[in-house]
Amino acid sequence: MKTFGLVNVWRFYRDGFREMTWGRTLWIIILVKLFVLFAVLRAFFFRPALAGLDADEKPAAVAGELLRRPAATTSPD
Amino acid sequence: MLMLLSAIELSLIDWSRAQFALTACYHWLFVPLTLGLAVVMGIMETLYVVRKDPFWKRAARFWMKLFGINFAVGVATGLILEFQFGTNWSNYSWFVGDIFGAPLAIEGIIAFFMEATFIAVMFFGWNKVSRGFHLTATWLTGVGATFSAWWILVANSWMQHPVGMQFNPDTVRNEMMDFFAVAFSPVAVVKFCHTVFSGWLTGAVFVVGVSCWFLLRRREQPLAKASLRVGTIVGLVASVGVLATGDSSALDVARYQPMKLAAMEGLERGGERAPFSVVPGVEVPGALSILATHDVDGYVPGIRDLIDGYARPAGDGHLLAGEKVTPDGIVYLSAEEKMRRGRVALEAFRTYRNDTVPAANRAEARQRLMDNMEYFGYGYLPSPERLVPPVGLTYWAFRVMVGGGMFLLAVLAVLLWAERRGRLEAWRWLLHLGLWSIAVVYVAGQAGWIVAEVGRQPWAIQDLLPVEAAVSFLDPAAVQTTFFIFLTLFTVLLVAELRILCRAIKKGPEA
Repeated sequence: MKTFGLVNVWRFYRDGFREMTWGRTLWIIILVKLFVLFAVLRAFFFRPALAGLDADEKPAAVAGELLRRPAATTSPD
Repeated sequence: MLMLLSAIELSLIDWSRAQFALTACYHWLFVPLTLGLAVVMGIMETLYVVRKDPFWKRAARFWMKLFGINFAVGVATGLILEFQFGTNWSNYSWFVGDIFGAPLAIEGIIAFFMEATFIAVMFFGWNKVSRGFHLTATWLTGVGATFSAWWILVANSWMQHPVGMQFNPDTVRNEMMDFFAVAFSPVAVVKFCHTVFSGWLTGAVFVVGVSCWFLLRRREQPLAKASLRVGTIVGLVASVGVLATGDSSALDVARYQPMKLAAMEGLERGGERAPFSVVPGVEVPGALSILATHDVDGYVPGIRDLIDGYARPAGDGHLLAGEKVTPDGIVYLSAEEKMRRGRVALEAFRTYRNDTVPAANRAEARQRLMDNMEYFGYGYLPSPERLVPPVGLTYWAFRVMVGGGMFLLAVLAVLLWAERRGRLEAWRWLLHLGLWSIAVVYVAGQAGWIVAEVGRQPWAIQDLLPVEAAVSFLDPAAVQTTFFIFLTLFTVLLVAELRILCRAIKKGPEA
């Protein structure tokens, strides 16, 4: 019974995708967009600043940054 | 030191803000149409199921197709904002802790999967599932999108009015103490309702505008008139909702972000019976006090009052954020005093984080930090004037939002009246006005977010973290580069969407 249900779900999606008209163009847009987002932007441009630090190093890194900023943002004179 | 001074230069902050603003504005082109079209197509499909009239099925399928195009182009554009949190705003991202993580995780897991499941039934399920099941899937697609918006707006509202948390200096994070205080903060509830109603208005005006285009071309006239009727009714209901929640939102801004309200009004010096500025030089006496406090004698501070500090007699009504009741009346601290307390908090934080300091001194420092935590962010400000957001932009964006909303309310009311009286064909100027209202609703929506986000500058988190402390230590040139990459990517996607959308509209319901 469970297998029958899953087969029905599979057929539902398979037929749905096959019968798409406008949907094909839209899926191409979605896939290209996801590729650009994850394979280009995420991989090359948006590396999290705290990546590579251990869990116990992150608080110290952020605290260090937060404590350096007042001097940096206060007018030197 | 010099290197650091030049590194946290304004261009880094400005480019990082510009990049975030660009992404958010672009994302907001798609979200309101998704929310609004979901309601319109839900109503049309309900009419089909209740009346068993295939006319409404055809109408629902047409608007569903446009919904699908908008959804496909817009989906995942919000992810870029999350990339930017980790890269451009890493201090902020860590500092907010699980306050942001929990709502966004709930949004991702429940709402997104809910949308993804039911949207498949909605598009693939015609003639494969029962009418009732299909109708349920259509409505649940809209509910899923709305549910997503809830959690995003909870996160945004917390930045405007941080509640339900406590700062932990060991982890350097804000830890959630009260989930319900975060999820149902008054600012979050009002912002959610205001945003969703504005989304409904966007969807309704889009439907009305496209219907006007069909009527101008004398094509699909029964479908266009029926859609125009549904669109105007949804739009008028949404307009009333936007007005009512806008009023509540003004009360929240007055109470929790008085500097934003002062900037929205360009109010230098406030007081009781504060005037509302319609445009520069045209004022309505006492109207701002009514809007901000629901009392013509209500006290509304101006920009200079908030910088210099003030004292006023204790009276009825709510205290504004930052006001304290003293034996001498209600006192609001000057910016200089808040900055001093902020520096005390930062010094205490520095002492607490220093392992070489004796334990007793660190414990004392921790207590001092907690006593002054509400002023933590003020310790970063170089001068009191830094507290003033861009007044001109905030002032005019507010007028564009309100003026646009009033214009749309009037156009929708006249269009509904003309449709009921059979005057639509004769009044072609009105059909042109309906078509161009699509541009107005988008400009008004974007202006609303400019008021909300520009008006709260310089705070990434109100009173706790200004943008100069929240921003990551990056090369400004790298941020500029990604800004232009986004600009190109977004422009390409927007052109693609507009072309596909226009093609689908031109082909009409039969395509």
